[in-house]
Amino acid sequence: MNSDAIALDDHSHAPSGVMRWLTSTNHKDIGTLYLCFSLLMFFFAGALAMLIRAELFQPGLQLFQPAVFNQLTTMHGLIMIFGAIMPSLVGFANWQVPLMIGASDMAFPRLNNWSFWLLPAAGILLISTFFVPGGALAGGWTMYPPLFIQGGIAYDIAILAVHILGVSSIMGAINIIVTILNMRAPGMTLMKMPMFVWTWLITAFLLVAVMPVLACAITMLLADRNFGTHFFDAAGGGDPVMFQHLFWFFGHPEVYIMILPAFGIVSTIIPTFARKPLFGYVSMVYAVASIAFLSFIVWAHHMFTTGMPLGGQLFFMYTTMLIAIPTGIKVFNWVATLWRGSISFETPMLFALAFVFLFTIGGFSGLVLSLVPVDIQLQDTYYVVAHFHYVLFSGSAMAIMGGVYYWLPKWTGHLYDERLGKIHFWLTAVAFNITFFPMHFLGLAGMPRRIPDYALQFADFNRIASLGAFLLGASQLLWLYIVIKCVRGGAPAGNQPWDGADTLEWTQTSPPPYHSFVIPPLVK
Amino acid sequence: MQAPAEYAAHADVYYVPPPSIWPIVGSVALLTLAAGFVMVLHQMAAGPLLMALGAAILLVMLCGWFGAVIRESLSGKYDAQVDASFRWGMVWFIFSEVMFFAGFFGALFYARNVALSMLADAQLLWPGFTAAWPTAGPGMKTAITPVEAWGIPAFNTLVLLSSGATLTWAHRGLQRGRPLQLKLGLALTIALGVLFIGLQIHEYGAAAFTIRDGIYGATFYLLTGFHGFHVLLGTVMLSVVLMRSLAGHFTPARHFAFVAVAWYWHFVDVIWLLLFIFVYCL
Repeated sequence: MNSDAIALDDHSHAPSGVMRWLTSTNHKDIGTLYLCFSLLMFFFAGALAMLIRAELFQPGLQLFQPAVFNQLTTMHGLIMIFGAIMPSLVGFANWQVPLMIGASDMAFPRLNNWSFWLLPAAGILLISTFFVPGGALAGGWTMYPPLFIQGGIAYDIAILAVHILGVSSIMGAINIIVTILNMRAPGMTLMKMPMFVWTWLITAFLLVAVMPVLACAITMLLADRNFGTHFFDAAGGGDPVMFQHLFWFFGHPEVYIMILPAFGIVSTIIPTFARKPLFGYVSMVYAVASIAFLSFIVWAHHMFTTGMPLGGQLFFMYTTMLIAIPTGIKVFNWVATLWRGSISFETPMLFALAFVFLFTIGGFSGLVLSLVPVDIQLQDTYYVVAHFHYVLFSGSAMAIMGGVYYWLPKWTGHLYDERLGKIHFWLTAVAFNITFFPMHFLGLAGMPRRIPDYALQFADFNRIASLGAFLLGASQLLWLYIVIKCVRGGAPAGNQPWDGADTLEWTQTSPPPYHSFVIPPLVK
Repeated sequence: MQAPAEYAAHADVYYVPPPSIWPIVGSVALLTLAAGFVMVLHQMAAGPLLMALGAAILLVMLCGWFGAVIRESLSGKYDAQVDASFRWGMVWFIFSEVMFFAGFFGALFYARNVALSMLADAQLLWPGFTAAWPTAGPGMKTAITPVEAWGIPAFNTLVLLSSGATLTWAHRGLQRGRPLQLKLGLALTIALGVLFIGLQIHEYGAAAFTIRDGIYGATFYLLTGFHGFHVLLGTVMLSVVLMRSLAGHFTPARHFAFVAVAWYWHFVDVIWLLLFIFVYCL
């Protein structure tokens, strides 16, 4: 397509200096900002995880007092979710959605920049809580009252930080929805969109629907803390469990916000390296939509131990189990895409295949937890920690890593170091399982989460998990090195380094021109 | 190049604005505002000053950003596709606001229909407590005298519904090229909005309970307070639209700023009707 090369004369080249990044209206620059920010936060929150595992290396209190340990777990969770996983997926959306639908940019380029630059503001507020009297947030990332209402100044700072993150997410999501609905190249009907774009359309809908409910819940926390209200105080007619309902009405869709774009990345990588079109595209779209719908009616499975009528327990148990059906469709389709494909195992494919396998383990442990009688035993044990790391690390984070390897050649114009990439993959996959698989056993044996000390019988598995965690953490330094090396140089990637790829971004040069698809391409 | 006929509609290039300083200014504003607010909450001396500074930066940012958008609009940079983006954007923004209020209404329904009966069942803890609404809760001895629905709130319902009508009348004027009707309709709508806020403030002053009086006070003031804040925002936005009307910015064919504010105003109207039913009447 010749039109791809045509760019506007007046701003066809990138502005230079720091103002390029501060004032950018370019989806690629803003995508890069998102990805760099999330990488920074990934290492910060990862360092907190290393401290957690160092304390848990052996029984007894070695390094931290319990109050500090609580700060570590809380901030690890909050920053990984809001600072690392979500922004990196938005970074992918920024880079890839306009390129994949043949749009010149996002629908609202200035708003896009604001969505990004609110993140550092919120990050400064969150991290500053480590330095205020009383220390950082220690009530868990779920912010449950009454504990959250009793904390110090850090808790007010965190509420406002989460408000700012919410504003950023809502604006970013609206931008993505409008871009997809209104900016698709002529001929690209909804059912011709790449799967990644579909997953982000549905994710963005979830964000617009549930971030305001989180805003509402934490506003009530702020009021209970500072303005003498009794939303979550039974003596005043309120109910602390009401917070959990509001929080998980946000929180369950939130976990799908973190996994659906990862599904999209995997659904892009597997067909490329199997050299076959995605099996069951239409059913994939409906499966994602069903998962999104179900995410609104399962929230109370996080709260089975709070006491709930039997009818409620059954309802939330069955709806939760229903999620296995659309998820199973997706896993089936990924496997069916591989069936009789000409498969090659470059690093992105390794991550995608590991995703299918390991995410499925996480999905199954979720199914185990959906059973009310089992969940009541396993609530707040390490089984839950193992479950959500299988879906969030070997799910979201490893899909993100695979996506980074997949699109780095497009973004930078250079091929990454394939040998080092494969080493990074195997180190990550093996270390991940050493870290988190023993946690299933710890949880089944009754080890509670969020406690800095444990009984002697848990010592062996904890030592294995800690050693795995240190290896996992160190392996990510190799990833950082590979990414930096690829950004700085390497073999030229050409327009299309992966011969099985067929989405629109591969029709562009690598790296793409500063303004791509100024005149939309025609999609047949 | 030869543009195929299929995309003649897209042949005009989607307007991508040049680099802009306003987003980062907005971030600095919100960071300053948030830091100041935390300091105010914890009685630190610099708090109010920092908040005022943040608000001032935010105001500068809003003027600068919307000013840029208005200039671009007037100079004809926005084609039909950009216009469609703005429409979709406003629709989804209002949807997010709907979900925001849905959360507060959900809290109200939960407190009244779920939490209250559970508290009444806890006779060992609070003997004699019965599930009656309004309540300040079993641990507080305060009796709540709610605001009489058929006094000021009913009148305010009338005020807001009339403001919806005057706004539609103004829109008719704009569409049919009657500038006087447009300006008069907008001015009337703003006046009714101000009247509503004034009456609401009066009602707050006269109410026999505070936000500290248990779950009833908490839900009442948060719901009506956030609604009132939205009316205030809507009134400010209507005032901007009126000023732009006076400046002759709108044509019968192109006036999305007016439409967006009208959508917002009607949304705030609907929220009030729900408030009137569920907070004041029932």
